[in-house]
Amino acid sequence: MLRDITLGQYYQADSVIHRLDPRTKLIMTFVYLISLFIFTDPYVYAAGLLFLVIALAMSRVPIKFMIKGLKPVWLIILLTSLMNIMFTDGEPLFQLWRFKVTAEGLQRAGFMAGRLILLVFGSNLMTLTTTPTRLTNALEALMKPLKFIHFPVHEIAMMMSIALRFIPLLVDETDKIMKAQLARGADFESGNLLKRTKAMVPVLVPLFISAFRRANDLAMAMEARCYHGGEGRTQMKPLKYKGRDYITFLLLVIYLALVVFLGHFLPGILG
Amino acid sequence: MRNEDKKTIEDSRIPLLVADHLVYEYETGSANTVRALDDVSFTIYPGEFIGLIGHTGSGKSTLAETLNALLTPKSGSIYFKGEDVFTKGYDRKKLRSHVGLVFQYPEHQLFEETVFKDVCYGPKNIGMSRKQAELTAYETIKKVGLPDECFYHSPFDLSGGQRRRVAIAGVLAMKPELLVLDEPTAGLDPKGREEILDMIAGLKNEDNMSIVLVSHSMEDVARYADRIMVMDKGKKLFDDVPSEVFAHADELEKIGLAAPAVVSVMHRLKEAGIPVDDRMALTTDEAVSEIMKAFGV
Repeated sequence: MLRDITLGQYYQADSVIHRLDPRTKLIMTFVYLISLFIFTDPYVYAAGLLFLVIALAMSRVPIKFMIKGLKPVWLIILLTSLMNIMFTDGEPLFQLWRFKVTAEGLQRAGFMAGRLILLVFGSNLMTLTTTPTRLTNALEALMKPLKFIHFPVHEIAMMMSIALRFIPLLVDETDKIMKAQLARGADFESGNLLKRTKAMVPVLVPLFISAFRRANDLAMAMEARCYHGGEGRTQMKPLKYKGRDYITFLLLVIYLALVVFLGHFLPGILG
Repeated sequence: MRNEDKKTIEDSRIPLLVADHLVYEYETGSANTVRALDDVSFTIYPGEFIGLIGHTGSGKSTLAETLNALLTPKSGSIYFKGEDVFTKGYDRKKLRSHVGLVFQYPEHQLFEETVFKDVCYGPKNIGMSRKQAELTAYETIKKVGLPDECFYHSPFDLSGGQRRRVAIAGVLAMKPELLVLDEPTAGLDPKGREEILDMIAGLKNEDNMSIVLVSHSMEDVARYADRIMVMDKGKKLFDDVPSEVFAHADELEKIGLAAPAVVSVMHRLKEAGIPVDDRMALTTDEAVSEIMKAFGV
């Protein structure tokens, strides 16, 4: 029933991108996304696309999975494109009902759609090649400097990994409780919105109770093993930069240089 | 008498539920599928007590959920009183009141403020009037052996065993003709187990309800079931009266199950040359009288 909900959409494969240090991937993705936001030049987008295609090919993640990742955002892409087409002033190409469609509008719509697709692909490539656990580890490591201002880095990372760990459990639990109430004659599909919301109460109450019970059990188990937070704690598999990470950082610098050149200096030379 | 005669009597009766070549597959991850049910067929007659046994992952829980159409099989079908329950327009809600399913750890589905309200949930869902639902709930709570003072307690204030009874009552209150229980004794102490199983046996004897008891404990099933179905890797391996099933002790052991200790003892006694009929003794009491007979006491 709820099995098609997937969070933490890791795609298992053996590739260089998978083996990269999660911190490297996190920094890369971050920089990549920012570069897409700063520049609006078509050449930069071409470079971004090229960069993404190479990374995607190296990651051995089937393109099918990337396209699947567009599912939750295609409506946004469609809406922004439409808005841009309809409300951009300029040379009118043709009239569509009440709206003037302009060349500038089409161009901007294309840009926006391209930018959004690159954004989604870029971030999906990271989540598809990195397990949630490694991602949280990377976040914790990268946020470590914040400890100086007494920001609870370890605690937040711990909370994140526990939350991620609990999602599939709670999905399973919801499935089970829904089935159990269906077996008692519950009906989740018919009736108006109010009726359907009311029908969810017999699912939500047991779900909350079970979530609290699990949280309680987990806290107890952690305490029984003397967990006391991040102070002096070491990791089983500490993150270590390897040769491939340095190469990636070098590539990142090259990419940045290219993008800055394309986006900042090239328009000056051409224009 | 226990074996052949009974079978012919059953066959002349009208079946309550027929499972016809059920196949069910789970999608696990990206590519691989697991066959949880692989061509499973059987017939359940009114008033039968069937023990459904199998190791973890043998498909017994999947089968239980298919019986009341919570899961739709890939192929094959279920006929309840001669009607195919997977045809379009079949009233599944009605079916679920006729085929009651008690899940594993059913107390986790309780949600109302009081025991009484919670048991009323099922009857109200299937369209009983308020009065009728309350009357049925009252009778059912009594039947599962909960004291009167529990009625207006929160179900969360009760003990584990009591909570389980409330949950079973919640399904029983819909007055099913076939009751399927998935491991109803899991996590209970020996006393609680016995009480629950005795209560279930009472439903069969007093109300002529058909029971399917899903379990991995041969001991539990041997005491109460008229018939045992053994599942392994999605396939139905045996389907016979207990004594016949337990005669295949070696095969049972191979799939990670064991005949009840009593049955093994009787087998050994027979092998040692003591003239006992090992097929007649499935419970301790039966074994004792059989051994006494053998020694002429």
